[in-house]
Amino acid sequence: MSQSYTVTAVAVVVVATILVGGFGLRISRTTSDFYVASRTVRPGLNAAAISGEYLSAASFLGIAGLLLLHGPDMLWYPVGYTAGYLVLLVFVAAPLRRSGAYTLPDFAEGRLESRPARRVVSALVVGAGWLYLVPQLQGAGLTLEILTGAPNWFGAVLVAVVVVVAVAAGGMRSITFVQAFQYWLKLTALLVPAIFLLLAWQGDGRPAIDFDPTELSSRADHPLYATYGLIIATFLGTMGLPHVVVRFYTSPNGRAARRTTLGVLVLIGGFYLLPPVYGALGRLYAPAQALGKDADAAVLLLPDLVIGGTAGDLLGALVAGGAFAAFLSTASGLTMAVAGVLTQDVLPSRGVRHFRLATLLAILVPLGGSLVVSGMPVADAVAMAFAVSASSFCPLLVLGIWWRRLTPPGAIAGLLLGGGSALVAIGITVSGAVRSGWPHALLAWPAVWSVPVGFLAMILVSLATRSRIPPGTKAAMTRFHLPEALMPRARGGPR
Amino acid sequence: MNGAALAVLLVLGALLFAGGFLLGRRGGRGRPDRTSDVGTPVEHATFETLHTASLAAPPLRAGLTEESAGKAARRLRSLLGTDALCLTDRDRVLAWDGLGEHHGKHVMDHVQALLASGRDTAFASGCGDLDCPLRWGVAAPLTVDHRVLGTLVAYAPRESAVLARAAGEVARWVSVQLELAELDRSRTQLIEAEIRALRAQISPHFIFNSLAAIASFVRTDPERARELLLEFADFTRYSFRRHGDFTTLADELHSIDQYLALVRARFGDRLSVTLQVAPEVLPVAMPFLCLQPLVENAVKHGLEGKITMSHITISALDAGSEAEVVIEDDGVGMDPDRLRRILRGEGGLSTGIGLLNVDERLRQVYGDDYGLVIETGVGAGMRITVRIPKYRAGVHGS
Repeated sequence: MSQSYTVTAVAVVVVATILVGGFGLRISRTTSDFYVASRTVRPGLNAAAISGEYLSAASFLGIAGLLLLHGPDMLWYPVGYTAGYLVLLVFVAAPLRRSGAYTLPDFAEGRLESRPARRVVSALVVGAGWLYLVPQLQGAGLTLEILTGAPNWFGAVLVAVVVVVAVAAGGMRSITFVQAFQYWLKLTALLVPAIFLLLAWQGDGRPAIDFDPTELSSRADHPLYATYGLIIATFLGTMGLPHVVVRFYTSPNGRAARRTTLGVLVLIGGFYLLPPVYGALGRLYAPAQALGKDADAAVLLLPDLVIGGTAGDLLGALVAGGAFAAFLSTASGLTMAVAGVLTQDVLPSRGVRHFRLATLLAILVPLGGSLVVSGMPVADAVAMAFAVSASSFCPLLVLGIWWRRLTPPGAIAGLLLGGGSALVAIGITVSGAVRSGWPHALLAWPAVWSVPVGFLAMILVSLATRSRIPPGTKAAMTRFHLPEALMPRARGGPR
Repeated sequence: MNGAALAVLLVLGALLFAGGFLLGRRGGRGRPDRTSDVGTPVEHATFETLHTASLAAPPLRAGLTEESAGKAARRLRSLLGTDALCLTDRDRVLAWDGLGEHHGKHVMDHVQALLASGRDTAFASGCGDLDCPLRWGVAAPLTVDHRVLGTLVAYAPRESAVLARAAGEVARWVSVQLELAELDRSRTQLIEAEIRALRAQISPHFIFNSLAAIASFVRTDPERARELLLEFADFTRYSFRRHGDFTTLADELHSIDQYLALVRARFGDRLSVTLQVAPEVLPVAMPFLCLQPLVENAVKHGLEGKITMSHITISALDAGSEAEVVIEDDGVGMDPDRLRRILRGEGGLSTGIGLLNVDERLRQVYGDDYGLVIETGVGAGMRITVRIPKYRAGVHGS
């Protein structure tokens, strides 16, 4: 395989990201007929931006890899990653936007009027963000290693450096456009090669794709339990992902937030049709891969294996560029979100310099983690971040938005017991202390028990501390649930 | 091996967090236990007392309510060292700390005389329960501006002149805190009044000039005159609206756009304006009319003493958890010393009320980190930077 194409593709993606971010499509006019208020981010653009930020290495590489190894059961991954937005749409999107919160700690403070609750949420946001960042960096390392033979750490360091430079130089200022651009880039990078691969498959006389259960490597001792764990984590975890929450702030009102979520469902749903194609064709054309450890690389290698020649190289380079877009967009979104929380709630004082320092801290820790830990499928590692989010932020958001009797002690108890236990379970799994049997299944897919624990703790402790219901609850609830058009507000006159 | 390395990493991360939280929490707080290393027992006791008092102060600064009384009563009781302490307002018991809460229903009877006279009184508790240690109580008034707002009642097993004296002193100290609370309230009211005053201030000159400019178009370009009148109507409606202290950056920029259209009608080609807005920051909530005075200032400085073109740049950028608004003109600028005096409120009545008012309101809402940042020099134009946090508790854009 020709490395120069790949290197060029990756370089183009990096440069394009920085260019669009720094100098790109900002609103800039010198004319007089310019009504700023009507120039808010449209739901369509914002939906593309959220999708761009959301589709990470797990979606781009991981799903196809898992499907290739373990068969159709793994289709629950794309289903779960998408369906999370349905839950978000129904229960959370509009009220969260109307709350005016920019981050989850903001939401906790605004709804519960409690600094300690804010601090606990901040700590969990940082934890979940770091968990989510590690596989992104690992994916980058893996991609560059396989395509160019660079050492494993190089890709991770490259992504970290690009993110830090872009954020520190203020280059991510028109982030909505960057992320929307990344979505379309990723879609193209999977769609075009997929079409060629399907044509090649057609040309071979459409050999049957065999998912013989006896040949599929068994993935867990208790596959049914693991599937339920995955479903609960992804369905309920999406609403609490720090980089997703931040993007809803851009919507001008609750209605637009809902329409944005609908757009995300469509865009992401469309995207997730593609990885299974790669997984299935990989089963056919890359059996060696099915036995090897790096199944995550199947997407990257398929064009070369199936088509070959310069065309294969070019398509491979396109896929590599898309994969890098996936690492960059998710990593930069997460880094910004984590850095924001670090500056506001963890580091002692504030200011622009501190945001840069926090950016460094936000990416260095997961970078260290990605170099130390290895050998976990990307999609699994991401699912763990979802589990933490589902068992801490989901109860907080759902109860905070829909239940009047939530109290700060209740919220803190639920966050610590739900999110904390999920974090501990994942820590034990990653360290490899428990490797088989029910203990392993319970610890590796904690959402089945940790989500109920989070909800129960929040409800019971809240009921036990009735006197601590925040005085502003009624006002907050009104603001969450009343459409903006009904709120008293000055409006512009007819033109 | 990987596991061990990861464990080390996790522990390091946890330590880092703990350190950060401690730093964040400790910043600005006293550490009274350190002083026990040095100083005599008397000094140590003094420090203890001062520390307890300082802990009781913050709740009281919110005024005398059930919540603040409950938090303060605990501290005050440890300050006095009594078995039970009670805080009341004029009608009922607000907080009881310590033993014998069943005395609560008699407290108001005991303090009736005090509420009328405003003088300390001592009384026998007259408790029917022989095991109850609370046999005697002393009540002292909490006064603000010579009005008795409530009482502080301390209980003891027997009569004690020391306790009577101490309770009186503590009540006076609490009164001072309550007076400070009153002061805080009136300061807030003052700022609200100032905001109202600023809204009213927009009008006279600007309204006169705009109407004159519009009038000049009525014959030559009636369509433009009509548009300008509509802009004018919209602008004044926004500026004079009565409800809500907060708005969104989008609405504020919209109003600035209308303001600039009116200004351009008057000055024509002499004024050119560049607006550069990142759409992400449009929904940011912010104090009402914080940018308009700055733009007005830029227009004034840009056109002052010049016949040539003047250029103003207004940009609103996304900066993580904040929005950054920059207003820049290429006009006459200002002597930094003079600007400093204006921002300290020493510039006299006529100059820079707008800048000072905006600066104070931003600090009031967001804290001292978020005041105006102004870069200027004589003849060097002026560049004003406003940073607005995307979220702050209590700030909602409608």
